[in-house]
Amino acid sequence: MLEIRNLCVETDGKAILKGINLSVKAGEVHAIMGPNGSGKSTLAHILAGRDGYEVTAGEVIYQGYDLLDKAPEERARDGIFLAFQYPVEIPGVSNIYLLKAALNAVRQQRGEDELDAMDFMVLVRDKLKLVAMDEAFLSRAVNYGFSGGEKKRNEILQMAVLEPRLAILDETDSGLDIDALRIVAGGVNSLRSPERAMILVTHYQRLLDYIVPDFVHVLANGRIARSGGRELALELEEKGYSWIQEGGTATAAEARP
Amino acid sequence: MNTATDPYDALVNREYKEGFVTEIESETLPPGLDEDVVRQISAKKKEPEFLLNWRLEAFRKWLTMTEPHWASVHHKPIDYQALSYYSAPKSDADRPKSLDEVDPELLRTYEKLGIPLLEQEMLAGVAVDAVFDSVSVATTFKKSLAEKGIIFGSFSDAVQSHPELIEQYLGSVVPVADNFFAALNSAVFSDGSFCYVPKGVRCPMELSTYFRINAANTGQFERTLLIADEGSYVSYLEGCTAPQRDENQLHAAVVELVALADAEIKYSTVQNWYPGDKDGKGGIYNFVTKRGDCRGDRSKISWTQVETGSAITWKYPSCVLRGNDSIGEFYSVALTNNYQQADTGTKMIHLGRNTSSTIISKGISAGRGHNAYRGLVKIGKGADHARNYTQCDSLLIGDRCSAHTFPYIEVQNPSANVEHEATTSKISDDQMFYCLQRGLSAEDAVSMIVNGFCKEVFRELPMEFAVAAQKLLGISLEGSVG
Repeated sequence: MLEIRNLCVETDGKAILKGINLSVKAGEVHAIMGPNGSGKSTLAHILAGRDGYEVTAGEVIYQGYDLLDKAPEERARDGIFLAFQYPVEIPGVSNIYLLKAALNAVRQQRGEDELDAMDFMVLVRDKLKLVAMDEAFLSRAVNYGFSGGEKKRNEILQMAVLEPRLAILDETDSGLDIDALRIVAGGVNSLRSPERAMILVTHYQRLLDYIVPDFVHVLANGRIARSGGRELALELEEKGYSWIQEGGTATAAEARP
Repeated sequence: MNTATDPYDALVNREYKEGFVTEIESETLPPGLDEDVVRQISAKKKEPEFLLNWRLEAFRKWLTMTEPHWASVHHKPIDYQALSYYSAPKSDADRPKSLDEVDPELLRTYEKLGIPLLEQEMLAGVAVDAVFDSVSVATTFKKSLAEKGIIFGSFSDAVQSHPELIEQYLGSVVPVADNFFAALNSAVFSDGSFCYVPKGVRCPMELSTYFRINAANTGQFERTLLIADEGSYVSYLEGCTAPQRDENQLHAAVVELVALADAEIKYSTVQNWYPGDKDGKGGIYNFVTKRGDCRGDRSKISWTQVETGSAITWKYPSCVLRGNDSIGEFYSVALTNNYQQADTGTKMIHLGRNTSSTIISKGISAGRGHNAYRGLVKIGKGADHARNYTQCDSLLIGDRCSAHTFPYIEVQNPSANVEHEATTSKISDDQMFYCLQRGLSAEDAVSMIVNGFCKEVFRELPMEFAVAAQKLLGISLEGSVG
């Protein structure tokens, strides 16, 4: 589904990613871990098409085409979803309006008809349960005045409605208390499917207790320093990131079982 | 790397959608303005003596006045002698008795604008008094309104049928010499709308007027007078759009509202006149005087406006809160794109006790647009316990536009409570990226964010107008960022 080859990225003349290689297949959940400033969020932004970065080398192939050629909205309509670390507030625009506009954009791309208001409500009510959200949530302005937990749940709700092929979750666990983390993780787990791939970007292994990844990659200094299975995260938890930064440089390909 | 701004470029070269010229025979006075022209206009309209004298008084005062230049707008000098002051569709003698008799070309014009009168009569329940150039051509729903004693129709008709009401109220809110443009209007106004709602009557439908500027080089001088007698209620909608022109067209309308005791007037405007092209060429000069007088106790006047058109807008719908416990409201969305300029706001003049006013102003600047809010809140000596709340928000799109706020507050009574809040913001890259990442186009994203910004104002519009206003904002913003 996704092939990242030797991806090198700069911003303001500073190299952030220095040759990332990563292969993600449908149905897989990959966790990208790493210390602050290692380039985790940059990688998530690059995949989603955020402005302000320069790709100096390498390529990203998604569904067989060059992803980096595409505008962010084209990527989104073709199934790439980014759950933001800091979901932005949009005053005056209701949650349900954005959801409907987004879903219809995606459906149009898939060659499906726009959902009418009734069918849309049936769908959304169903998805609200996944994240334990009240219907009143829908009429509030997008993320406006939401608590940290509400914002993250809202991201998962959008993901559940849009049903992406590739979901990238950027620090979805940050700022969540344990109850909210359970709800968010439960929502994410219910969306795991053989057709869908997920990339979890996280600083802490705590999230991985709830969303168990197939692969764990550790990013350090703009490179994947180490790849492995679930146990790598636990090892990291025990030894800290300094252990990786000092130690080995196994590539993702080598680590693949 | 794809950038978030790329999609805008494709949207830049959109033409004004309603730019077409209707070929209708017009009876037009030659350009120029003197006392004789004023007399001719009055004679053509067979006006009573008092009205001619009133026009002449206005004209003589106008001659002594100079064009105001305090507004934060810039334009070339206007040659008032180069304008023609009267233009009416021909066959004034045999005015159409029904829509069947209306010039088909005119009906087609309305269709292009999406205002099919016939359908509107049946479907929308809106009575339309259509001002095409300067003379009303079709008036609908007059009968059902008449059953309630409501007088609604063209100003000229009202002059003939109810001269006593005209004589009593005309100029009682905006005096002939109120300002340069109001004086000019008073001297040469050609037509407009008139409405009188009798005591205790609640007008059963939204009253609506579509203004349209057509004949080349014709200044438009609309005169509107609305009177809500004691305990009555009326909601009035005014919508505007005009065909494309190269020369600037002057529009100097005057709207007067009178609310007697316990009466309420809701006046909503959607203004979409030709704003000029993307280089700032052409477009309407919209210099309007709108004022409401809450003359009776517990009366209420509410202005809601969505201003997206015109090259220059100079407009301050105001409320004089004369009656005790009277209420004034002003809800405004003003959008300037390309080279448009707007200097708009309101005046709330508190004279009565326990009067209260609310001002919600949303200014949006895009392209090289120049947007200014200018407002006056004045609390007079006798206005015990007057209250005002003002909220003034500006939204900037791109980095070549500007927004200015000029709030004036004059308080002469220590018991007053005046609040003013103001914000200026930009559509952030984060907001744009968030929407794009959810699959929205840049165009839809901007439109959605701007509509969200304006929500508090749109909420005040009648339903069908609110929908139209949202569409209009979307259209007006196309190509706004690039």
